[in-house]
Amino acid sequence: MSALADFERVDSDGGGAVLRFTGNLSLASLGDLPDRLDTVDGAVSRIDLSQVERIDTVGAWVVHRFARDKQASVEGLEPASQHLFDQVVAAEHPIELPPKPQSAFVHLLAEIGDAVFTAAHTLYGLLGFMGATVIAFWNVATHPRRFRFHATVHRFEVVGVSALGIIGLMSFLIGVVIAQQGAVQLRQFGAEVYTINLVGRITLRELGVLMTAIMVAGRSGSAFAAQIGTMKLTEEIDAMRTIGVSPMEALVVPRTIAVVTMLPLLGFYSALIGIIGGGLLCWIQLGIPPITFVQRIREVVPLNDLWVGLIKAPVFGAIIAIAGCFQGMQVEGDAEQVGRRTTTAVVQAIFLVIVLDAFFAVFFSQIGWI
Amino acid sequence: MTDTRDASAPQDDIVIQVRHLKNGFGDQIVHDGLDLDVRRGEILGVVGGSGTGKSVLMRSIIGLQTPIEGDIHVFGENTIGREETEATAIRKRWGILFQGGALFSTLTVSENVQVPLKEFYPLLDQALLDEIAAYKVVMTGLPPEAAPKYPSELSGGMKKRAGLARALALDPELLFLDEPTAGLDPIGAAAFDELTASLQKTLGLTVFLITHDLDTLYAICDRVAVLADKKVIAVGTIPELLALDHPWIQEYFNGPRGRAAVGSAKAHAEAEDRG
Repeated sequence: MSALADFERVDSDGGGAVLRFTGNLSLASLGDLPDRLDTVDGAVSRIDLSQVERIDTVGAWVVHRFARDKQASVEGLEPASQHLFDQVVAAEHPIELPPKPQSAFVHLLAEIGDAVFTAAHTLYGLLGFMGATVIAFWNVATHPRRFRFHATVHRFEVVGVSALGIIGLMSFLIGVVIAQQGAVQLRQFGAEVYTINLVGRITLRELGVLMTAIMVAGRSGSAFAAQIGTMKLTEEIDAMRTIGVSPMEALVVPRTIAVVTMLPLLGFYSALIGIIGGGLLCWIQLGIPPITFVQRIREVVPLNDLWVGLIKAPVFGAIIAIAGCFQGMQVEGDAEQVGRRTTTAVVQAIFLVIVLDAFFAVFFSQIGWI
Repeated sequence: MTDTRDASAPQDDIVIQVRHLKNGFGDQIVHDGLDLDVRRGEILGVVGGSGTGKSVLMRSIIGLQTPIEGDIHVFGENTIGREETEATAIRKRWGILFQGGALFSTLTVSENVQVPLKEFYPLLDQALLDEIAAYKVVMTGLPPEAAPKYPSELSGGMKKRAGLARALALDPELLFLDEPTAGLDPIGAAAFDELTASLQKTLGLTVFLITHDLDTLYAICDRVAVLADKKVIAVGTIPELLALDHPWIQEYFNGPRGRAAVGSAKAHAEAEDRG
């Protein structure tokens, strides 16, 4: 292997000291040479590189930096190495130091300000995007030939049919858990039979749609953001625009229709499976036979509960689809943005769904649908 | 079987030796019985039609693609089926410029250049790393202001130069360039050619250069390897290749673009003589 880089101090007759380097002045054999050079005291007038076996740009830079600081001359290189050395010297440029970090307090204030600004900006953008979606829907409605039937049906499958398995499993387990927990609590009053009211009403009215919305936001909202974001990065969206295809009509409308249509269906399905799960637990744990369970459900669950669930579902669906598409459209720059925007789309959709659910709860109890 | 190994080990001045290489994806065979030598200190251009496996050849040599069969020696050492620690020793000695630059998008240009340095030489202090990155960036012809920028803020040509700066971070002996001038304007492409040639001279590099650019071939390549029919059908200087009677080679170098490149290469040489 090659010799490690080293240097020695030689005092010459002509006044100042001379540093003579030996060995391999290359990155691999540099070792702690840069640190040792820092400890050299006193004036050095010349640097002798004639004993150096091989020099690369890093070695040249280390020597040049030392020579520059000591104002020493460099000599003894053969022409080829001298050429390399000169190239490195020519490439020298002062590096810009990163700005000094702010104090923690100022930093905190700046962070808060940034967050507020971003939130306001996002809300503004989201409202604008909702408006653009409405216009796109209007355009499609007035020019039905621009409606993308196949794309929409394909989204039905991806958003709806493919989600049946996971949503069914989730709803079944939630139905079981609610019935089990309800039975344990209601037993204290000897009112176990009200478990049926609990399961029937809460799944149809709240949980069926809410859990489905959360699942669809995680499955499809994120997918919308990632798909559209990636298309944005690969300039597919720009290509669409130049061909005269509106991305709002081609991408956003089919996805929105799909989620708005599928969410009530999935929500109803979810409530049904939840009730089946609860019924199964009632049968096994409380000894209520399925026939009695179904009859009880028909007596205690008002039709209004079904309407409450079904009215909320399309609204949630629109929010999920628009949040996903909006965040996808906001992607600019690099691949990291796609990930960040996808996360934001899901968080935003779930947050808005839950906030709206609270408003719906107040609204429906005010109009007497209790 | 030790004799075979000795016989297959290349001589000193052969940096890359590929023998009987076979590559394929599923039923599709890309290379079959491909042989190639790259000599120390030369710029070898690799040409071939689209889909002849130029990039696959490069990926096999640098170990990103495991061939179905064949031997590949780089710096005299077999690169196929090696332990990770041994492979690392070879990786220190080469630099690779991918087609799109392949810069890490979450790091600045300067940090990109420092990644290999930090990976292989963790003891270097940050000030020296910053300085090394700064001069490498300037050496590859980027303005110094580009160093603290992120790849998404750079143009295509600047990304290529930044990628080259990262490829040169470890002062490699061997440089792989995958279509370095693709997507650059003619002035930028010519400047990149000159940069490659001057760095090759300055640093004594061996360059493995995949290109479609006839101007690049004429301007800087010492030899050209032609990929066709799943193997290297010819290697040599351009006049040597022109003497061969292969339809693709004739079409390639004597087509309208090939003749135009000869003209520009001549003009270039004359300009250099005057200068």
